[in-house]
Amino acid sequence: MNAVIQASGLGKQYRRAWALRDCTLAIPEGRVAGLVGPNGAGKTTLLRLAAGMLTPTLGTITVLGERPAAGPAQLARVGFVAQDTPIYSRMTVADHLRLGAWLNPGWDDHLARHRISQLALNPKQRAGSLSGGQRAQLALTLALAKRPGLLILDEPVASLDPLARREFLQGLMEAVAGQGLSVLLSSHLVADLERVCDYLVVLVASRVRVAGEVSDLLTSHHRLSGPRRDPATLPAGQEIITESHTDKQSNLMVRTDGPVLDPAWAVQPVSLEDLVLAYMSRARDDGPASPQQLKVAS
Amino acid sequence: MVEFQLDETSGVATYLQLVQQVHQALRMGMLEPGDQLPTAQQVVAQLAINPNTVHKAYRELEREGLVRARPGLGTFVTRAPSGPDPATQARFLAAMTDWLRSARAAGLGPDDIEAIYRTAFRTCFAEGVA
Repeated sequence: MNAVIQASGLGKQYRRAWALRDCTLAIPEGRVAGLVGPNGAGKTTLLRLAAGMLTPTLGTITVLGERPAAGPAQLARVGFVAQDTPIYSRMTVADHLRLGAWLNPGWDDHLARHRISQLALNPKQRAGSLSGGQRAQLALTLALAKRPGLLILDEPVASLDPLARREFLQGLMEAVAGQGLSVLLSSHLVADLERVCDYLVVLVASRVRVAGEVSDLLTSHHRLSGPRRDPATLPAGQEIITESHTDKQSNLMVRTDGPVLDPAWAVQPVSLEDLVLAYMSRARDDGPASPQQLKVAS
Repeated sequence: MVEFQLDETSGVATYLQLVQQVHQALRMGMLEPGDQLPTAQQVVAQLAINPNTVHKAYRELEREGLVRARPGLGTFVTRAPSGPDPATQARFLAAMTDWLRSARAAGLGPDDIEAIYRTAFRTCFAEGVA
């Protein structure tokens, strides 16, 4: 398996607080990987480490087999769209494309112009007067025309209205199908990611709580409901993610590679949203993050 | 060419929804042997879903022998699924619609009707198994 991002024991400390710790990950090539977690969980820190905009305090990270931002060749292989989809508001759409062509050795001018006309953007318009959705599309166009092997997007749709959000993801998925690039994008909303991601990383309070292929995660997690039961009596290999009990009933979410055979349980499949929420609540119940961790901006 | 639609509340996996919609289009005669399915790029540009989801659906249809991928050209329908012909389908659809109208007129709500349908469905198919 070729990993597009490989991290081992990766950690980043700002002054005394850890924004990310013990992060070990191997995201396979060709995936659209979603990085989910609450605000302040460390998502932006992980993305910036992968883009080479930050250096690790501990551990290692490689992107497409090399250290992030190791040189011009490596920089050209990774596209990064920051949280506020930055553009230069006084420059026109056409100026942005000229700047992109000038700064990027592998610039695909045909692709850039094609996307701009497909989006019906006026090349002479100043970027500052574009709508939020159009600005995001312009930023995406610049990143795609670099022809990166990996595209990193930090909360790309968080500030967009539902239609602009859908259109942005349509454009992104079209590019994935056409260019065969790998994508890592973050969001604090699972619904944004459910349709587009085939790999998921859940990050809560600066730690990775679960990571894997979406299809594997969905088939290995189950919601069990049945008569009240001591969780210690579950078969080996069934890991409890969340549990709640009344005097007569037990409701569990478990992770297991095998089938659940006990006839006492009613077994239900889980949705991606159920799964993310379960790991988030488990992380909270494992003990609150230290006050220092909570203060760290993502 | 067919256009896919997604029901996000159905709980049915996305790739399976695509497979089922091709089945249905074939049964209803909206797709015929020789017709081309939309490319993965066209589907994802419309639905904003992961391209691998489309590939998985098309692989499943190929495994069922309903379509064939021709490298560089696209994915084409090879045969219709074996099943009732469109005229028989239409006859039963009309009969079912009449039945539903009379059930509504008798004051039955959607839940009552669904319960009746499920019970009848179970009874009918249990007969075949037993």
